[in-house]
Amino acid sequence: MIQVAVVSGKGGTGKTVLTASCGCLLPGEKVLIDADVDAANLALLLDPHSLSTEAFRGMDVAVINPDICTGCGKCAQACVFDAVIRVGDVCTIVPYRCEGCVTCTLVCPEGAIHMKSRITGMIHYGTTRAGPLIYGSLIPGSGNSGLLVHRLRQEAGKRHPDSPLTIIDGPPGIGCPLISTITGIQIAVIVTEPSKSAQHDLLRLITLCRSFKIRMFLVVNRFDISSQITDELMVTAEEMNISVIGKIPYDPEVVAATRKGIPVIETKGKASEAMHKVITRLTEEIKMF
Amino acid sequence: MQIVIASGKGGTGKTTVASNLAFVLSQKQSITLCDCDVEEPNQEIFFPCDFKVQRVHVEVPLILEEQCVHCGSCGEFCRFGALTVLKDRVLFFPQLCHSCDGCFRVCPTDALKKQQIDVGELLLCNPSDTLSLIIGRLKEGDTRTTAVIRAVRDMIHTVPLVILDSPPGTACPFIETVDAVDLCVLVTESTPFGLHDLSVAVDVLSLLCIRSVVVINRSDGNDKIIEEYCSKHQLPILMRIPFDFKLLCAQNKGLLISQEDSDWFERFSLLGDQILTYSTGAL
Repeated sequence: MIQVAVVSGKGGTGKTVLTASCGCLLPGEKVLIDADVDAANLALLLDPHSLSTEAFRGMDVAVINPDICTGCGKCAQACVFDAVIRVGDVCTIVPYRCEGCVTCTLVCPEGAIHMKSRITGMIHYGTTRAGPLIYGSLIPGSGNSGLLVHRLRQEAGKRHPDSPLTIIDGPPGIGCPLISTITGIQIAVIVTEPSKSAQHDLLRLITLCRSFKIRMFLVVNRFDISSQITDELMVTAEEMNISVIGKIPYDPEVVAATRKGIPVIETKGKASEAMHKVITRLTEEIKMF
Repeated sequence: MQIVIASGKGGTGKTTVASNLAFVLSQKQSITLCDCDVEEPNQEIFFPCDFKVQRVHVEVPLILEEQCVHCGSCGEFCRFGALTVLKDRVLFFPQLCHSCDGCFRVCPTDALKKQQIDVGELLLCNPSDTLSLIIGRLKEGDTRTTAVIRAVRDMIHTVPLVILDSPPGTACPFIETVDAVDLCVLVTESTPFGLHDLSVAVDVLSLLCIRSVVVINRSDGNDKIIEEYCSKHQLPILMRIPFDFKLLCAQNKGLLISQEDSDWFERFSLLGDQILTYSTGAL
């Protein structure tokens, strides 16, 4: 089974648009995962027929019983996350700051603190024209996005153990959710654009993917916005021995298609045409893998 | 006064707004610009200067094998799975450690000593007499984004005005950045993606009782979906940045459009004035 993640470092370079198009065009059976759980957008393009939604429980949260708490403040001193505040003569937990480490329960002399399970997100499962889609959403104020990504990937494996291909729409950045996304995958399709910011972010992402020994392919989106920086990106790719599998031109049709909620490859235009070529090339690369 | 520039969705123009705003405001008063997008910080591109580098570290346990009796207390206690106690040794996985301090408290034989490990660095400089820059940069491969953001915010001293460039998303790094700020400027774009991610960010900000205003970027005049949402949630739209090739080119090259072009200087000055009015609660 091959797992491919579409990632970028910088946000807004076109990961989701490319993922949706890959989902529609790559041949064979596949499962799709939207691992950008902070801001999941793949479902907006693939319009899933929802089959199930279940609660995701992240780390437990501390709760202080105000009837027992004497307001001594030992928990506030011990909490390195500043999750305890004093209201009147009792202490109380600020749930969005609590990481569930349990240290406060150790130091409370009255035994007034206990841990409570909490729902921090949802796991959605549905079918789309591109295949089954698993995506997550976070309850406002919740963290644990890396943990949720891990759960989404587990869920995909459980529901479709024999699927030959998994396509993951990755989160921006290079932190916890991204590492959770690329752990154990074989191929990363990196979408970048010709800007100094994207170029800078790309180098950090490549360093990370390399340490995970992941095969990388580069796609330059909106390449014609700056031919000079695109040239620089091509040189970087060559120096780093990363194949550039396509360049997609700037095309207002992409925004128009996104507004209609359809993947751009289902429309006509130069970006759509270029994206077809990118995916044909990716199909070959996956076959050879 | 702390004002954060955020978006939920990535690539909507947070850094463009934050850098230009910092530049125009610094023409009138002393300000500090903080880059809290520590996984992919970009402000150094727009304000190149000689940075002073300061390490950011966290404290994690170091196991003193000669004192350890392998009782298992620390492994049982750690909720993050960072410590596994075997019969004859203890395995420690630093990437999973949240530095909560708990394992030190439960060890009955004082077999854990504190050690510092690097998780990133701060880049500090003064691009001009009135502008200071604090950039956080997470070490590649590390997951402790919030520790670096906390280090950035801890560096803010008594500056009258601080602009924070937020990371994308709405989870831990975003919350660490926006917690207890005076105003949040949400930069969005008029697409279903922009709207969806704006609404997720607004839900978090409401929970945190933070006042928000909106800037629509890459506007082509077709902003109805964002306008309707903002009017329903009583979010003032302070600026519409049109899709402009000149702006895009400057931004891509790492230049500040407000420095290059007097028209854009005026537009961002106006945005700055409005933001200051909102953040002081005058409106």
